[in-house]
Amino acid sequence: MPKFTPAELDAHKAKLLAAAKKKAIIKVGLNTCGDAAGALPVMLAIKEAVAKAGVDAQIVKTGCAGMCGIEPLVEVSIGGAPATMYGQVTAEAAREIVEKHVVGGKVVEAFKVPSIAEMSSDKPVAGKQYRIVLRNCGVIDPESLDEYIARDGYQALKQTLTAMTGEQVIAELETAGLRGRGGAGFPTFMKWKLTRASRPGEQKYIICNGDEGDPGAYMDRSVLEGDPHAVIEGMIIGGWVIGASKGIFYIRAEYPLAIERIEKAIKQARANGLLGTNILGTGFDFDLEVRLGAGAFVCGEETALIASIEGKRGTPRPRPPYPAQKGLWDQPTMVNNVETLANIAQIVLRGGSWFGAIGVGRSKGTKVFAVTGKVKNPGLIEIPMGTTLRQVVMDICGGTTTGKPVKAVQTGGPSGGLIPASLLDTPITYEDLQKLGSIMGSGGMIVMDESDNTVDLSRFYLDFSIDESCGKCAPCRIGGTQMLRTIDKIAERKGTAADIAKIKRIALTMQRGSLCALGQTTPNPVLSALRYFESEWTERLLPAVKK
Amino acid sequence: MRGLGAKVWSDTCKEPPMAAAAPADLATIAKKWKDKRGSLIMALHDLQGRYGYVPRDAAQELGKLMDVPLARIYEVITFYNYFKLEAPGRNIISVCMGTACYLKGAPEIVAKLSEKFSVKAGETTPDKMFHLQQVRCIGCCGLAPVVTVNEKVLAKVKAADVIDQVYACAVKGA
Repeated sequence: MPKFTPAELDAHKAKLLAAAKKKAIIKVGLNTCGDAAGALPVMLAIKEAVAKAGVDAQIVKTGCAGMCGIEPLVEVSIGGAPATMYGQVTAEAAREIVEKHVVGGKVVEAFKVPSIAEMSSDKPVAGKQYRIVLRNCGVIDPESLDEYIARDGYQALKQTLTAMTGEQVIAELETAGLRGRGGAGFPTFMKWKLTRASRPGEQKYIICNGDEGDPGAYMDRSVLEGDPHAVIEGMIIGGWVIGASKGIFYIRAEYPLAIERIEKAIKQARANGLLGTNILGTGFDFDLEVRLGAGAFVCGEETALIASIEGKRGTPRPRPPYPAQKGLWDQPTMVNNVETLANIAQIVLRGGSWFGAIGVGRSKGTKVFAVTGKVKNPGLIEIPMGTTLRQVVMDICGGTTTGKPVKAVQTGGPSGGLIPASLLDTPITYEDLQKLGSIMGSGGMIVMDESDNTVDLSRFYLDFSIDESCGKCAPCRIGGTQMLRTIDKIAERKGTAADIAKIKRIALTMQRGSLCALGQTTPNPVLSALRYFESEWTERLLPAVKK
Repeated sequence: MRGLGAKVWSDTCKEPPMAAAAPADLATIAKKWKDKRGSLIMALHDLQGRYGYVPRDAAQELGKLMDVPLARIYEVITFYNYFKLEAPGRNIISVCMGTACYLKGAPEIVAKLSEKFSVKAGETTPDKMFHLQQVRCIGCCGLAPVVTVNEKVLAKVKAADVIDQVYACAVKGA
């Protein structure tokens, strides 16, 4: 394997683009969800059928194309024509597709579903999907460095290392207006700037937060599985800008395929001079390692995550000092979310002003959501900020499966809140969602229909958060449990109006007094349910006793 | 999560932990991680990968090799949901309790399995053949509700069919 210099990287890319293409390209989605839906037997059936028919076809395994409800997905493209996507493909259907479409050139209508291109727009328009983070997911083979390079891979790294200064990269990020995609929305340029300025010359670290803990969300898993090199490229650029020589991927142990693909991609990058010593011949040394989470939601909080990487219990500590000053092993550390990092290379290549023109207000660019629950087309979508909730739920995801009206949408998981159907025209921005008592969150979006009960759902989230409380600070540890007891009392129809007041009082204490975001946001699902669906709570109360 | 399994090493649980557990394995794990700063959790992942759980004796032995007190190991494995303190049984049935699965009927599935095997979530059948557990989101929300039996993922499961599906995937014999 060659160690690339900048010129060799370009030459290699040109060679890849010029290489003769096979007549037919057949792509099979093989992420965790594709595998679960039975994509492996489909892949085997395709291989056999292609071999048997003796056609000139390339069979590629790709990441997630986003239509998770109709996996396994197979995409066929012949002679460079627009691709046809097939959904819910069985081994038998796969043989039919090879025979009729790949060999015979006729689309098999019975299994046809909208393709990625048909589902997304090539311009960033609110209400339509637009792919920046997911641009390679479902398109390239995530285990092939060549396929990434052919799609402008590592061009942004080349550009930063050879033609930019750290300040210039930070300035582009500032113009872009990129904010943390883990949920809190802290301006990314600020984090990079603070860590760059902090204690120059000392050992620094960059950490990729892949501890996706929101139950019901899988954006980060899909990106890590579908386009690992994009996240790695973002890490290397970040490391170079802040002056770090070491980066760490912190990934949930529950995501074995994501871990495997990242480890493989790291090895490929290292073997090609894109990682390790003297990157692209520029003299920059930077390397990456993977550390596994072990099932603790609180480790998504950056100080808890750092404690976990140090091999300790993942309990948060008060900030300041922020990780930019004192992070991993007390050295300056920058923690960025997977999706944030996956945006970096595109911003560098296409410019901060391109990115900054997408979105509305102070929410720029796109956001990836995992839309699930009672929705017709559950899946992974990427939309420009400012798209409304209604456009996502009704237009992109097709409304409810049950045909019953949408009752509410939940964003932000256990830290977020419910948004009632009457407010579905709210644009998706950090500020608008916060105003409604929810948060952007990392990208979980759960659709509920009229048959779902908000008391039960908020109880479900509260139970989750209590269980995940690390127990360090009293408001979170005690407050959550007391709140749950009070809710149970109401659920059993033994509560009174005083109990509702008590829930609100405990919530306030938790919001003001908890050490970290977990405790501060634990009451959100309950408060939003009380705010928008109060009657569901009051109808369970005991009648007031007359004195 | 409540239901993930015991979070104490019980005295009654005298598994023959490492009959096959050659200390050589532990030495390999210790050697791999000892000099890497903060690598205790990674070493414990390897240990659990080897035994299916973290046996007390193995933890103690690993602690000696890595120069980490048993109390530190205990502190860490009781904090993280992923680590098990008892042998989980021959077949591990995991019902996803992510929000999407929860809304689409995961609680009914747990109830059904619980009734069939006469165990609560987090428990193992007396013959050690089945271990029933609830897990956090496994990230296949589009296919909710999801159940995994050992490595096999079952998608869009219905409570009525789950018992048959579990038996079809289960490993038989001791």
